[in-house]
Amino acid sequence: MTTNSNAGKHAQTPAIYPAKTKAQITIIFFAVIGFYLYSMIRTQAEMVGGFGNALSDMWRVMEKFFPPNFQVVGAIWPAMATTIQMAIIATTVAAILTVPLALLSAQNVTTFKPLYYVTRTFLNILRTIPDLVLAVIFVGLFGIGVFPGILALIIFSLGILAKLISETIEAVDMNPLEAMRASGANTLQMIFYGLVPQVLPQFTSFVLYVFEINIRASVVLGLVGAGGIGLVLDQQLGFYNYPNAMTIIIVIFVVVIAIEYVSNKIREALI
Amino acid sequence: MIEFKNVGLVYPNGTEGLKNVNVTIKDGEFVVIVGLSGAGKSTFIRSINRLVTPTSGELLVDNEDILTYRGANLRKLRTKIGMIFQNYNLVKRSNVLKNVLAGRLGHTGTLRSIFSMYKKEDVALAYESLQRVNIAEKIHNRADELSGGQQQRVSIARVLTQKPSYILADEPVASLDPPTSHQVMTYLKKINKEDNITTIVNLHFIDMAMEYADRIIGMRAGEVVFDGPASEVTEKTFEEIYGRTIREDDLRGGADES
Repeated sequence: MTTNSNAGKHAQTPAIYPAKTKAQITIIFFAVIGFYLYSMIRTQAEMVGGFGNALSDMWRVMEKFFPPNFQVVGAIWPAMATTIQMAIIATTVAAILTVPLALLSAQNVTTFKPLYYVTRTFLNILRTIPDLVLAVIFVGLFGIGVFPGILALIIFSLGILAKLISETIEAVDMNPLEAMRASGANTLQMIFYGLVPQVLPQFTSFVLYVFEINIRASVVLGLVGAGGIGLVLDQQLGFYNYPNAMTIIIVIFVVVIAIEYVSNKIREALI
Repeated sequence: MIEFKNVGLVYPNGTEGLKNVNVTIKDGEFVVIVGLSGAGKSTFIRSINRLVTPTSGELLVDNEDILTYRGANLRKLRTKIGMIFQNYNLVKRSNVLKNVLAGRLGHTGTLRSIFSMYKKEDVALAYESLQRVNIAEKIHNRADELSGGQQQRVSIARVLTQKPSYILADEPVASLDPPTSHQVMTYLKKINKEDNITTIVNLHFIDMAMEYADRIIGMRAGEVVFDGPASEVTEKTFEEIYGRTIREDDLRGGADES
């Protein structure tokens, strides 16, 4: 009975999407496919050649890395500790500097439009600079060492943190803040009493997340002379001392996994 | 004493919130403002603590025109006017005691409040306020663990902790069920009588307005269309205020259940 009447009405059943939307999506889909095909044809020669050579070389290179020389673990540990310290200092400083910047770039707190746009633009520019470029600039300015690495990490993580936290602030429930304003509280009191409790769990979670990123980033920064384990790795590769390099890579791997595990557990407990 | 003298308010988008309002509210009165949604009840109430600013006329609170107030003056005015909201407006992640202490913010220095260094008597006052609304056993619970009626009681305790001379309540029972609504209104009425705090409540339930108000002010389209003691009000009066016949959903009911 029901099926019959449905079959009868079939011609009148409306489509889920209007015909115009369907046509648009189809055109976009084929345009994207076409773009992939075109770029494949343009680059195919180099890609296949590249893979072919790499595959034949791979075993030869890999053999040099094994077995890793685990006797150097004791010797590289101080450098690894330096890398972790860099990440800790940079994350801490960035977490502190983020607070005013995130507040100034949140539309619901900074109602004075020009100030909001200036901070927002400043943060956007900050985020467009890659961390490696920052490190190269600071190493050029301050010389090889830990300090330029920390500076690069601070600016790099400030960009990410301020953006993430200002968006959290904008999603906050403004009603309690209105209640506090109605009872004569000033802006600072409203922020500390109404806003901070709502943002704190996410804030902590983001800081831990940025700390993880900073550990990995500080390894890479070491390659351009910004101190820590990356610098040692670069030296060992430079001396063609592959077993030592392999040990360093394994140590980095273990440390990063351990830190990610711990910080994941903390974040799960927070949210 | 609150005096509206020819008060008008035009919102930036051109909507007229208030039109030539003239009302005097004496100390200790329990006034209920009735009207349909959009009639200007909220605008009226929020003008008194300047959450919105009227664009014409004079608004006197304790014989001072508050429309010129800014900054510190405005905050001082707000410390003596407590406000209760439809959605309770508590910080959901904070505990009950901390939410109630927020009522003291206007009386507490910025540094002191940031580090939660409240005076002993302030904490005692907050606890006493919670006892008055019978929710003292929940002080360390998070606000979002409480039911709607409990949250509204916490927000009443917050207002009590503020030690105000006036209480404004903007649709305090609109999100509650009938028995809880009556409970909340009973607390407001009790506080009004015991502490002699002038109380102005927005309601759209006519039976509740008649039951609790000393005086009823009716509003329609930004104008005051009725102002008189609750004893003079009949269903006929409400039909004039609303501009239509009274319907089932204009009544809260449940008065005998509480």
